[in-house]
Amino acid sequence: MLFTSYAFLSFLLVVFIVYYLLPGRAQWSYLLLASYAFYYMCDPRYLIFIAITTVSTFFAAKVISDKKVAFDAWFKEHKKEYEKEERKALKSKEQSAEKKIFLACLLFNLGILAVTKYTNFTIANINSIISAFGSPSGISFVDLIIPMGISFYTFQSMGYLIDVYNGKFEAQKNLFKFALFVSFFPQLVQGPISRYADLSQTLFEEHRFNWRTVSFGLERILWGFFKKLVIADRILVAVKAIIASPDTYNGFYAFAGAMFYALELYADFTGGIDITIGVAETMGIKVTENFRRPYFSKNIKEYWNRWHITMGTWFTDYIFYPISASQFMMKLSKKSRVRLGNNLGKRVPVYLSSFIVWFTTGIWHGASWNFIVWGLGNFVVIMISQELEPFYRWFHSKVKVEGTFGWKLFRVVRTVLIMSSLRMFDCYRNVPLTFKMFGSIFSQSSLSQLNAEAFIGMGITGYDYAVVFVGMLVLVAVSLIQRSGSVRGKIAAKAAPVRFIIWYGLFMATVVFGAYGIGYSASQFIYNQF
Amino acid sequence: MNELLEILSDLHPEVDFTTEKGLVTGGILDSFDIVSLISEINEEFDVTISAAELTPENFDSAETIYALIKTKLDDED
Repeated sequence: MLFTSYAFLSFLLVVFIVYYLLPGRAQWSYLLLASYAFYYMCDPRYLIFIAITTVSTFFAAKVISDKKVAFDAWFKEHKKEYEKEERKALKSKEQSAEKKIFLACLLFNLGILAVTKYTNFTIANINSIISAFGSPSGISFVDLIIPMGISFYTFQSMGYLIDVYNGKFEAQKNLFKFALFVSFFPQLVQGPISRYADLSQTLFEEHRFNWRTVSFGLERILWGFFKKLVIADRILVAVKAIIASPDTYNGFYAFAGAMFYALELYADFTGGIDITIGVAETMGIKVTENFRRPYFSKNIKEYWNRWHITMGTWFTDYIFYPISASQFMMKLSKKSRVRLGNNLGKRVPVYLSSFIVWFTTGIWHGASWNFIVWGLGNFVVIMISQELEPFYRWFHSKVKVEGTFGWKLFRVVRTVLIMSSLRMFDCYRNVPLTFKMFGSIFSQSSLSQLNAEAFIGMGITGYDYAVVFVGMLVLVAVSLIQRSGSVRGKIAAKAAPVRFIIWYGLFMATVVFGAYGIGYSASQFIYNQF
Repeated sequence: MNELLEILSDLHPEVDFTTEKGLVTGGILDSFDIVSLISEINEEFDVTISAAELTPENFDSAETIYALIKTKLDDED
């Protein structure tokens, strides 16, 4: 069910009204029903997958947590009866028992994710190898369903399991409350990947109708629709046209395509997240922010701290840190220091861990070499910028540009250009074509390509470009205002007529300039496929 | 404590680590810095810090990092 469909809006309206009519203690149970109903309406078969992940994670975490509590209590009472070495052995035995349950659950759930998402990709690669050896036959592809949002809810559940295993908090005792944490419908579609410690604070609480919270939520939803319908879906037509005909649209057009895609992806993904956060907010539930004006970042590292934040922190906390803090990496660090010297040697484990993280991030985004190369591209850029740091320090000691507007602007433009170039892997059908199209920007761009007719030929009109351009200016303006605090907070402080004009203006702009009707069909959110 | 301050200053010479209380929450130390730091700590103090201990609470100031190292050293005694 699309967020931008009438079916979703009707569903939301019913959920919202009944939510506030119910007694507070029944609200979370009702949300669980609504979430399962939502998922059922998307495809009834999805329910089996989410239920398996929910039940297996709930019980594994509960057993681990109960064991921890029982052991800690016993140990506290009896530790004086044992010598130091015996105490260590007891602790180690307990940890090993917990680890077995933990790993079984982790591998089981990641296994489901891997089988559903990567079986056909693996078969395709095996077939390529077979055909390289001259064999005409290959393995047939299998017809598997990929449940919507499986990456998001699996990662969210595994984050919870790891936190319980690490003793950050005790496991949830109520299966149905945990089921709601996994399936909460606004974030089931495309995240954010919430942490239990954050989301549980408001998810199971009783919420009474509060106009300020509800109006803030509605504003956020409307803002999400504006981004999605007025900007993303309108420019999407041109993006599709450019990537569909690489022979026609090369050179400057490929560059324009990358820029259009940067705008489309931003408006689409942040718009979807705005709707998610807004829907939750209308029901008094706080979902973690996923973006912090990423296109204003001064470098790629900062960009990844501000774009899809919950995914970045998930990979950092649950993959990057465990790998880089592992015994293996510590030993490698020591060895590489001896071999390569202290300065270079200490960076080896960091880069190796980072390489693994970016490879995983790439394949998480999609089962194709395009995404793997995209992930590794990010790794290479980050590594180069890390290695260039001494140069930057030297540069700034000689040239006093740090802090100037020109330098800040240069860094922002550089970040956008690098990220947009990398994202071309997202667009074109394979890796060689992407390199070819990137190369064409430098080898085939010509002034003759800069003609209005060619751009109109991409399926959208001058009017569309004007709407997108104005929409983009609104986006930039809102982002600039946001730097000094909540935009909705600022609107709320205005007099009633001003507030009304802003809300009405945004609503009408979305209705009048939104891309739907003949020639358009509200498209699926890009991140749904993950 | 002095050894730790030296390690930290090597990472970010421009920061006064004796007074700074928001190393992680203030965005001074990023994930690369933290990983370099724990490998240096492992080298200098011979203590192993696990991934679960890499939290802002443990790494927000030189004092909290030192407290973590001390706890680990005491644990091993």
